[in-house]
Amino acid sequence: MVDDKASPGISVRNLYKIFGKDPEKYIDLVKQGMTKTELNDKHGHVLGLKDINIDMPAGGIQVVMGLSGSGKSTLIRHINRLIDPTAGEVLVGDVDVCQMNPAQLQEFRRHETAMVFQKFALLPHRTVMDNTVYGLEVQGVSRSEQLERAQRWIDRVGLTGFESNYPNQLSGGMQQRVGLARALTNDAPILLMDEAFSALDPLIRMDMQSVLLGLQKEIKKTVVFITHDLDEALRLGDKIAILRDGEVVQQGTGQHIVLNPADEYISSFVREVNRGRVVLVQTIMDTSVGLENREGPAIKIGTTLEKAAKIMTDGNSSMAHVVDAQGKMLGSLDIQAVISSMVTPISHDDPVAAE
Amino acid sequence: MEWLYNFPSMDIESLRALKKGIDSGFRGFTREYGVYIENAFEPLKQFLIWSERFMLDTPWPLIILLIAVITWVASRNKRIVIGTVITLLLIGYFDMWEDTMQTISMIFVCTVLSIVVGIPIGIAMSRSDRLQSVVNPILDVMQTMPSFVYLIPVVMLLGIGKVPGLIAVVIYAIPPIIRLTNLGIRLVDKDVLEAADAFGSSSWQRLKNVQMPLALPTMMAGINQTIMMALAMVVVASMIGVRGLGQPVLQAINNQYFSLGLFNGLAIVGIAIIFDRTSQAYGKRLQKYQEVVHG
Ligand SMILES: Nc1ncnc2c1ncn2[C@@H]1O[C@H](COP(=O)(O)OP(=O)(O)OP(=O)(O)O)[C@@H](O)[C@H]1O
Ligand SMILES: [Mg+2]
Repeated sequence: MVDDKASPGISVRNLYKIFGKDPEKYIDLVKQGMTKTELNDKHGHVLGLKDINIDMPAGGIQVVMGLSGSGKSTLIRHINRLIDPTAGEVLVGDVDVCQMNPAQLQEFRRHETAMVFQKFALLPHRTVMDNTVYGLEVQGVSRSEQLERAQRWIDRVGLTGFESNYPNQLSGGMQQRVGLARALTNDAPILLMDEAFSALDPLIRMDMQSVLLGLQKEIKKTVVFITHDLDEALRLGDKIAILRDGEVVQQGTGQHIVLNPADEYISSFVREVNRGRVVLVQTIMDTSVGLENREGPAIKIGTTLEKAAKIMTDGNSSMAHVVDAQGKMLGSLDIQAVISSMVTPISHDDPVAAE
Repeated sequence: MEWLYNFPSMDIESLRALKKGIDSGFRGFTREYGVYIENAFEPLKQFLIWSERFMLDTPWPLIILLIAVITWVASRNKRIVIGTVITLLLIGYFDMWEDTMQTISMIFVCTVLSIVVGIPIGIAMSRSDRLQSVVNPILDVMQTMPSFVYLIPVVMLLGIGKVPGLIAVVIYAIPPIIRLTNLGIRLVDKDVLEAADAFGSSSWQRLKNVQMPLALPTMMAGINQTIMMALAMVVVASMIGVRGLGQPVLQAINNQYFSLGLFNGLAIVGIAIIFDRTSQAYGKRLQKYQEVVHG
């Protein structure tokens, strides 16, 4: 079993999933390069995932993006094996989830993972409170502890006072927050979030993003987070993977993807993004100047352009210099360069050097 | 060309031999094992006797009170409770109290037995498509076979009396509860089950926390049908010595007593309505969480 204290990393290796009557029969064809459309037209099977390889950082947030039907939900369901793969492995720590026997799998699901569902999947006959305690109840935790731990998260997601309501009596956004509270109450090292914030209004959504980031500061969980919203992906993701038709088309840090979109598909994703919040000062700083040339305010490495621009305009200075954590100078910044990098539209033909 | 007009049937001698063979085989089985089977049903007999004695020995005002309380707890509906009390008072006034109590006691025991036997079968069916494809045709036969036919082998095995009557009634009335338990569990939302799995529910927890509660309203509809069918069969079963409202009806048919038949018939209708409304109201109440929809 995986160590309880430190959250394990997750490696998905050569994962294939074919939906249909006889998936094994077609796995070789798919490995030889048959496309999703071909498989569907000729053999009536749906290619869910094709040769997925992702290393999800231990104690970090892995975001998965992609258009509708690209296989995001299918992928996240492999991590707690709600879906069995056609081929490949899912390593959590160094244990292959696909090799677990039913008892091990049950233990793993109870203590190592918690999941938020795209369609909420609340128990309709149970109140908000009884939904929230479900994971603990299954584990056999005492009722008083169940209530105490659940209440904390019900309060935190802003559902205080609704404990004895049934899901049907709540709005979509409130139901989603019940799903969130149910998963967080489980306090598992791995958190699987399938469009966990999609039904929330912008204010609550920001608040929930902060909850997640705050949680990551205290206890580093390994989070797999699916979203359609690039801004959300960039805010939360330590790493982002983009799927199309069941394949990974690009993965890396948010900045890397924004600056070097691999193809037109991804360019169209990142075109509208607020680059000032993504691109970091070290990416555009000028390192050719002399290292003693400390002009303007000092800006720490890892600061976004938007913040840097604010510091510079607040200080009424057209120049600044970038320093590392120890205060050592790394390069200089020019307000002109900062602003132009924030507004340059991106096409994948003219990539800017990243990182 | 004669064979076109007369169906080329088995010749009479062989047919007679076949029927004789079946009958004597069954009779042999009865002689051999009848005693054991009778002993096996002894606890049921005790239960029946106990329940009947309770209904008959308790003073009638207490019984009316008890039934009123039960209907209130199940339905939370004043009109159903008042209707129930009036029906029972009328039944008593027209001197059918004793027969009615025997019938109610019989229905009670039949329903309990059907639930205890039927629900596990329904659950097992919901878990295995193969079992479902075996059991479903059997249920079809049980439901379409004329009810009198059940009485024959049961009487041969166990003679005339309460227990054979009970068994005949249960065989006739149990299919709905089995079918609707199976159906209710199969209709449970897959997304909700997936969530239960994702949190590591064991298969018992899955059944107890998700499948049973969500199937319960459908199962209640099955129980309601089972009660109604039991009530219909109780009249038929009076032919093999089940006492209660059925016997006067039978007597009325044999002797052409119109008013006797009518009164007892109405009493049966009365308790049928009580059972039906109460169990339906209870079933509705189980779905309370679905009614208060947001927006
Ligand atoms: N049980 C199934 N049987 C057959 N095909 C399936 C099944 N589940 C998913 N698929 C197919 O797999 C593909 C990916 O579905 P998936 O639900 O993973 O998409 P998604 O990326 O989560 O989309 P969305 O953003 O709309 O939630 C789709 O083409 C879908 O039709
Ligand atoms: Mg999805």
